Amino acid sequence: MYQYDSYDQAMVDARVEEFRDQARRRMEGRLSEDQFKPLRLMNGLYLQLHAYMLRVAIPYGTLNARQMEALADIAEKYDRGYGHFTTRQNIQYNWIKLEDAADALADLARHEMHAIQTSGNCIRNISADHFAGAAADEVTDPRPYAELLRQWSSFHPEFTHLPRKFKFCVIAAEKDRAAMRLHDIGIRIVKRDGAVGAQFYVGGGMGRTPIIAPLVRDFVAVDQLITYAEAALRVYNRYGRRDNKYKARIKILVHELGAAEYTRQVEEEFAHLLSVGVEPPREELARIAEYFAPPAFHHPSESWDLEQLQSKAAGDPSFRWDDGFGLWVRRNTHPHKAPGYVSAVISLKPVGGIPGDATADQMRIVARLAREYSFDELRVMHTQNLLLPHVRIADLPAIWAALDAAGLAAPNMDTIEDIIACPGLDYCSLANARSIPLAQRISERFAETGRTEVVGELKLKISGCINACGHHHAGHIGILGVDRKGTENYQLSLGGSEAEDVSLAKITGPGFDEDGVIAAVETVTDVYLGARADGERFIDTYRRIGMEPFKEALYG
Amino acid sequence: MVESRDLGTSPDEVQFRFRDDEPVDHGTVTVDSCCDQTNATAVRIEPGDDARLLLPFLDRLALVEVNFPAFTDGRGYSAARILREAGYTGELRAVGDVLIDQLSHMRRCGFDSFAPDKRLDEGDAARAFATWDNVYQRAADTRRTIADKRHEA
Repeated sequence: MYQYDSYDQAMVDARVEEFRDQARRRMEGRLSEDQFKPLRLMNGLYLQLHAYMLRVAIPYGTLNARQMEALADIAEKYDRGYGHFTTRQNIQYNWIKLEDAADALADLARHEMHAIQTSGNCIRNISADHFAGAAADEVTDPRPYAELLRQWSSFHPEFTHLPRKFKFCVIAAEKDRAAMRLHDIGIRIVKRDGAVGAQFYVGGGMGRTPIIAPLVRDFVAVDQLITYAEAALRVYNRYGRRDNKYKARIKILVHELGAAEYTRQVEEEFAHLLSVGVEPPREELARIAEYFAPPAFHHPSESWDLEQLQSKAAGDPSFRWDDGFGLWVRRNTHPHKAPGYVSAVISLKPVGGIPGDATADQMRIVARLAREYSFDELRVMHTQNLLLPHVRIADLPAIWAALDAAGLAAPNMDTIEDIIACPGLDYCSLANARSIPLAQRISERFAETGRTEVVGELKLKISGCINACGHHHAGHIGILGVDRKGTENYQLSLGGSEAEDVSLAKITGPGFDEDGVIAAVETVTDVYLGARADGERFIDTYRRIGMEPFKEALYG
Repeated sequence: MVESRDLGTSPDEVQFRFRDDEPVDHGTVTVDSCCDQTNATAVRIEPGDDARLLLPFLDRLALVEVNFPAFTDGRGYSAARILREAGYTGELRAVGDVLIDQLSHMRRCGFDSFAPDKRLDEGDAARAFATWDNVYQRAADTRRTIADKRHEA
């Protein structure tokens, strides 16, 4: 993975000192809260309901064991012993004191991490396919391109006061495991006739006005990637709406101009910027890519394939195949490009738990497993889980046993228990309703009734307000918490997807109270189980039979 | 078309200036006026103005003021770069809600004089102008970037 050189390190060190100075001026009263706000936001510090929240960037979700241990230490030193992994592959601490914030940032900098641009109206942390560098189906590792974008976008002088926040996502496979088209700019790295280039999807997003990003350019040569991004941003910075923060995202600009007109303007700016010369030297991408060279995988003869694992487990009860291990292997592992390897998902969705939360001890256990079994590499998934990207199938029994002992072996990836939920009214000052308790009760309910496995893949996403941080528009089932005459009310929607079959969910009808929406989710799965054809996922059945049968069962 | 003498900042209001030439000592006109008049040498850009309208007249301009009515409105950064990219070499002055923590980015976008609404602390400002030992991306200041330095022979 990428390692800072002296330039990168000096850059984050200097930012810590700059922030220390800003925080000092704030505490001395020389900066007003209004003046301090964009500065602290640029350093990931939010003011929430109860305290400051610090959001730490984990670029493209990749980190090593030492960094995970540093995150654990910060959780204990400055917070309450846990952290919350987010849908943007970041980690948030919910109980930070202003006077500690600079010290926490300094600890991060010592481990090549930072909280730069994790909030504010600037280019945010770049996200990527969490299986990058491992997935059997990728064209190439997307992370070198994400790192190139990270450096370009860090402290970009022209784009620090955009109309609104700006999120990039980079993938390099047909399958979309990162909600690419629901980003301000989604990039898919492709190969055409041997040449590497980038598809640019611009103007997607969730929030109050969910929009699927249209394709703006089908192939940007890889040595013009930064120039094209700069052109796309400049048009947005100049013409994005600033009169209404709810219409200020680039999706509104692209939608109002039309994708064709937006594209025309970007192409004009692109041609101009090519003549100016803003692209980094070609050697820089090659330099970065070296850090992402594949690790030294063992020869396949030193591992097993999944069939060998199963046959060995069948003859040896110590594998505990029927005691959870088998199900975990089936649910939580993902095909790897190297024979004898898989990627193993560490669920942060224990039944009844808070989606995405991990204690400092759990972080340390995960770090140890990464060091021992996954070439010192970890990933944060946009589904608020963690991932060991490169593990030998022969090591899975030991890995599972360690995870199981730590309460980290929930075999529920992509099931209804694998809920994405925003912090909701428990933490967030914007929320109208609680998200976390609802997620907890739904996962408990489905686990109790044994329904989770019967239903199979079903992506449930919960947001506590219309800002949609819980991605409810993109859920096979989405739940949106609203405030109705002072009480929490939940709207149910069906048919969304953040994947390559991207679609936006539609509201079923009138909302429900908390008990009612849990019952409604069960009703909806009843309809699915009654109607599904062989091999159909919930979303497939919904698309085939439409909304009506579900409405009928819910309101009929 | 009336040329407004009230519009714009006077040299007295300029707190920081990184140029050796004499400042223009008369007021600025709007972008519209500038396009209509053949003799205007100083112009003021508001956030909604298209800086590219000025490109045919750059030779006769000695001062371009870019107004920041609110520091959160970042359109002026693009306006500045567009002018510098087009070869404008006259004074480029940031005026309005210009705060300490915007100075270094403004400088990189090509601003070479600053007339903040409220005078800034000199020490804080000096630190702010010196913020970047190195920079990641190319901009109007034509500094060699970190990537350039990494790969120089």
